[in-house]
Amino acid sequence: MYKILKAENPADKIYLMDVEAPRIARHCEPGQFVIVKMDEKGERIPLTICDYDKEAGTITIVFQTVGASTEKMAGLKAGDSFRDFTGPLGCPSDFIHEDIESLKNKKMLFVGGGVGAAPVYPQIKWLHEHGVDVDVIVGSKTKDMLILEDEMKAVAGNYYSCTDDGTYGHAGMVTTKIEKLVEEGNKYDVCVAIGPMIMMKFVCLLTKKLGIPTIVSMNPIMVDGTGMCGACRLHVGEDIKFACVDGPEFDGHLVNFDEAMKRQQMYKTQEGRALLKLREGDTHHGGCGNCGGDN
Amino acid sequence: MADVLKKVPVREQEAKVRATNFEEVCYGYDKEEAMEEAVRCLNCKNAKCIQGCPVAIDIPGFISKVKEGDIEGAYKVIGESSALPAICGRVCPQESQCECKCIRGIKGEPVSIGKLERFVADYALEHDIKPQKAEKTNGHKVAVIGSGPSGLTCAGDLAKMGYDVTVFEALHELGGVLVYGIPEFRLPKEKVVKKEIEKVKELGVKFETNVVIGKSTTIDQLMEEEKFEAVFIGSGAGLPMFMGIPGETANGVFSANEYLTRSNLMKAFDDSYDTPIAAGRKVAVVGGGNVAMDAARTALRLGAEVHIVYRRSEAELPARVEEVHHAMEEGIIFNLLTNPKEILVDENGWVCGMRVIKMELGEPDASGRRRPVEIPGSEYEIELDTVIMSLGTSPNPLIASTTKGLETNRRKCIVAEEENGQTTKACVYAGGDAVTGAATVILAMGAGKAGAKGIHELLSNK
Repeated sequence: MYKILKAENPADKIYLMDVEAPRIARHCEPGQFVIVKMDEKGERIPLTICDYDKEAGTITIVFQTVGASTEKMAGLKAGDSFRDFTGPLGCPSDFIHEDIESLKNKKMLFVGGGVGAAPVYPQIKWLHEHGVDVDVIVGSKTKDMLILEDEMKAVAGNYYSCTDDGTYGHAGMVTTKIEKLVEEGNKYDVCVAIGPMIMMKFVCLLTKKLGIPTIVSMNPIMVDGTGMCGACRLHVGEDIKFACVDGPEFDGHLVNFDEAMKRQQMYKTQEGRALLKLREGDTHHGGCGNCGGDN
Repeated sequence: MADVLKKVPVREQEAKVRATNFEEVCYGYDKEEAMEEAVRCLNCKNAKCIQGCPVAIDIPGFISKVKEGDIEGAYKVIGESSALPAICGRVCPQESQCECKCIRGIKGEPVSIGKLERFVADYALEHDIKPQKAEKTNGHKVAVIGSGPSGLTCAGDLAKMGYDVTVFEALHELGGVLVYGIPEFRLPKEKVVKKEIEKVKELGVKFETNVVIGKSTTIDQLMEEEKFEAVFIGSGAGLPMFMGIPGETANGVFSANEYLTRSNLMKAFDDSYDTPIAAGRKVAVVGGGNVAMDAARTALRLGAEVHIVYRRSEAELPARVEEVHHAMEEGIIFNLLTNPKEILVDENGWVCGMRVIKMELGEPDASGRRRPVEIPGSEYEIELDTVIMSLGTSPNPLIASTTKGLETNRRKCIVAEEENGQTTKACVYAGGDAVTGAATVILAMGAGKAGAKGIHELLSNK
């Protein structure tokens, strides 16, 4: 069992927890994720590592409630435990293998959308600790859904927030903010974008036009997270990659987002579940989170 | 009077009924039936059946105990060679191992060795007969990577010799393919697998789940930081292959590993569990091995019409004869000498069919098998909503790529000596599918035994 030491609700539908997992804390690096299983009958869910403390042996996770399982997980309090907590999974971000001096000469832009701000944080924190300060844009729908602002400000070079509805910071999508920064004369050698697939897709369309190489962190459906099933497979250029072992970070200009978004709908969205039920007819079987599993 | 040329028949769930549930198909023998079958054994002096068993169980020895009605005694005889008899009795391909060597088989049916082993093991599980534990521990620490058949066997054997053994498992349940791969209707999880693993725990073996070696920690760190003196790698071959044809990333296309993991490990067939499964109404399983049969029979039980699509003919099906027979009885449709060319996808990104081509068998290739050749102009389309790819698996490169000095071959299999499991790295041993590529449960167990022997030779001289 993996004990929850702290449980917070920093924004609407967004939950943050510190979990005791010494083996994972000792080995994890920016860019990696964990898989959690809440209880005996729960499903395995991939979650972002938002922070880690190697000495205390803890991992900070952040998640948004999107369905039955995450709703149930949101009810956990400090002192409760996860039955299973596995990781760190996936490859660390490429930059941790790069030469620090050459990183310092690079101009990097990090873009986090919604709960995607959480996986951006350990990356910019790592860079800050190694003397590299980067520009950061965090976007959210409204002011109430913005997370980790103080933490980000403490480790970012320039920090910009934007809200879709203009309730805070720059009004509009992250893409308009990127365009504006470039118009103002900022030149970026690399952009790292993490958030909903639709956001990453539009950031990539823009940065391709602007000629900025872009890395994205893909979040497809996963089961085991160790490369044994291929549920998370996606096209990167001509190749099929498994996001859990080959990624989750890929060259965003090569990712087939339209296909990845369709695959993500399968069980995740209301539409996907409804479609599934329709297609399966009387073979429809359980766990869709839509029908209660009784028909 | 029973016909001595024939096996005592085993009771099975009726095909029509079992096609709708996940209960075990075969009920196994009761004590009377087992004793009656045991009488058929001729108790050969130079018993050929033992040579056919990869772990060399004293088969006439345990069967003669069954004859006398001493089931506990029979269990002890099996226990000298095998740690997982309830599992092997169920899933071993006996027809090509112990039973194909049986003298009785020359003029009739061989002795039903697998079913007898299973009866003895089930009896021991039901009557809670404990395995023989080591009298004292020797203090040597050994790590075993993976809790599948090879790891469990290696750990069990070492614990019996007094070693301090810890097994590390990446998933949240123990058992490897026994829990995520082989379905409930062939190998019950609570009743058999869990109990059999309990027996390994009773030998003193420690288990740590949710540890992905190569990620959560590495083999080098286990040896340097946690002071393990030797390591056995039994990490299996879990990486699924795809065909590389158009449409394979569509919704409704699964690897057999994903489909079976959702159903077996995550219990998606049971509505009280949270993991969903897209069962499908019309399903094609591509491939002809045991995994393909398991996936097909699982989809059938979830309510679908199921087709096996295999490029060779029935005689070449690599699956166990008993499984093919069961699948046919249950109503699985076999599209033999047929190969997929493309998966057809609708505008929503879902599978809507498959374009296939008919095949014929050509000249035998280097391996002696007749090579399937496409028949020009014979392409046609099948309407489908689900495709399950069961083309085999290869070892996950994670461990080899994070362990210094561990050599692999061009198939990504770990290079290890057959007789003691020694790899190219000092104090590191390996066995099972990680070394051979996908094979059988009993061969993995044999490799686990060899690894335990190798490690014992290394550490007892220290």
